Amino acid sequence: MNSMGTAVSQRGSANSKTAWDVQTVRAAFPILKQKVHNKPLVYLDNAATTQKPAAVLDAILGFYKHDCSNVHRGVHQLSERATDAYEGARDTVRHFLNAKDIREVIFVRGATEAINLVAQTFGRRMLGAGDEIVITALEHHSDIVPWQILCEEKGARLSVVPIDDRGELRMDEFEKHLNPRVKLVCAAHVSNALGTVNPVREIVRLSHAEGIPVLLDGAQAAPHFRVDVQELDCDFYAFSGHKIYGPTGIGVLYGKSALLEAMPPYQGGGDMIRSVTFEKTLYNSLPYKFEAGTPHIAGAIGLGAALDYVTGLGQERTESYERGLLAYATEALSAIPDLRMIGTAREKAGVLSFVLNGIHPHDVGTVLDYEGIAVRTGHHCAQPVMDRFGVPATTRASLGLYNSREEIDALVAGIHKVKETFS
Amino acid sequence: MAGLSDLYQEMVVDHSKRPRNFRKIEDPVRTASGYNPLCGDRVQVFVKLENDRVADVSFQGVGCAISTASASIMTEAVRGKTVVEARTLFERFHELVTCGENAARNGASLGKLAVFSNVSHYPARVKCATLVWHTLRSALEGDEGTVSTEQ
Ligand SMILES: Cc1ncc(COP(=O)(O)O)c(C=O)c1O
Repeated sequence: MNSMGTAVSQRGSANSKTAWDVQTVRAAFPILKQKVHNKPLVYLDNAATTQKPAAVLDAILGFYKHDCSNVHRGVHQLSERATDAYEGARDTVRHFLNAKDIREVIFVRGATEAINLVAQTFGRRMLGAGDEIVITALEHHSDIVPWQILCEEKGARLSVVPIDDRGELRMDEFEKHLNPRVKLVCAAHVSNALGTVNPVREIVRLSHAEGIPVLLDGAQAAPHFRVDVQELDCDFYAFSGHKIYGPTGIGVLYGKSALLEAMPPYQGGGDMIRSVTFEKTLYNSLPYKFEAGTPHIAGAIGLGAALDYVTGLGQERTESYERGLLAYATEALSAIPDLRMIGTAREKAGVLSFVLNGIHPHDVGTVLDYEGIAVRTGHHCAQPVMDRFGVPATTRASLGLYNSREEIDALVAGIHKVKETFS
Repeated sequence: MAGLSDLYQEMVVDHSKRPRNFRKIEDPVRTASGYNPLCGDRVQVFVKLENDRVADVSFQGVGCAISTASASIMTEAVRGKTVVEARTLFERFHELVTCGENAARNGASLGKLAVFSNVSHYPARVKCATLVWHTLRSALEGDEGTVSTEQ
């Protein structure tokens, strides 16, 4: 696009203006350079976890090498640095989600813990016998089981909004599931098994019209496009660091401060208290009320670096590149005889789930692995989705910002190899 | 590392596509079910015993090529065996698919089952090969309920 000269002179905006060069992006990920079974690694399991750019690895190592200390409790230099880095990461998250207030950002282990936190605090306080929680038929097990546990405990009911044959949420049905007994609506922003992007604005609007708060599971959304919690107006938003090029063991729960203030604490321990006597304990203010014990400091710092990396690339550019790649891959896979795509929603992100006539996904996965191609086979922690489509399992290729069209071509060639093996 | 064609040998592919004894036995003396929740594979084994010998054995279910072929070849291998012989065969087979051909004693006596020796190079696939055998053992022991690969 630009000649070298102008690119240099426009340095500040060069990142967001120049064409997407996937090879440059790939170069930032050391792990991608390897071979598997003597073939170049084609990593298409990004919905399970993403690889980490050098900037993230450096941030984690840098913390342990130079600034390692516990946070919030020390007067010494290292503790101050660690606290600054940890709280700096929180501010990066706040910015990333466009949360109004840094106190609305709670560090947790991942999306799973974020959802469990809401179930065990908000849910436990708000839910009574005969009440209902609404979820969708697209949810990951982590957005089903915590609610089942809670409902069981409270004598409440889990109410599930169905999906259609494309894997789209039945919005006509959604409205019918809302009633005065519903205390919370939970929905995946993007489905991990099918890639469906749910109409979350509409979900929030309809729910709020009935006075019902909404939790969005953004584990598969945050890695693919910009999320603005104020614009979405959701009450809770959960995502995992490791699915957005950050480390494992760290994730985020966003919650509106008014709700968080009213909620009881999650776990008890250090850091979450203001004062403790054996008679009475005063809880700390937000967000610390929900962060008992020493947090995953290096993880939060790594997550901050990952979000900086993603926003540095430009989320609009990433989204547009991935959209093109998904369209390319969808067309290429759909052209393969005997291949059936599972999940053909009009709005999708990142995921290609499919079955091959007469060939079990495990065999597909093993043959592809032999070609150096990493995909996931199984039920993808969404057994109800598998049941809905009448398959025990699928093969899932899921995209990240470093995947190339050549890799999609390798996948297609690999699938032909699978068919040959079992012909 | 064994090549792909060592895992999916012709015989495996053949048995997976045209499984033998893929049927139900009416009034079976023994039956048991197996389930692998990780991949959704399900298998049901039917055994007819006469004088402590496997007079007839069959299976039904859905699974990958390895599990279907393993079930098919197993039914051929245990027919006519005594309950004790069938159990011993399972032990040998288990050793074969977990430790490989060299480690497994009496590899030769396994006959057709030796075709699964390369499964040992694919730890994720061992359960596919052994699910039906666990299910058979359960049927022979008269256990109720479903055998699961995950405890
Ligand atoms: C949609 C969705 N929600 C929640 C989770 C759980 O994430 P984690 O295992 O990182 O807690 C996942 C992970 O696969 C997911 O895809």
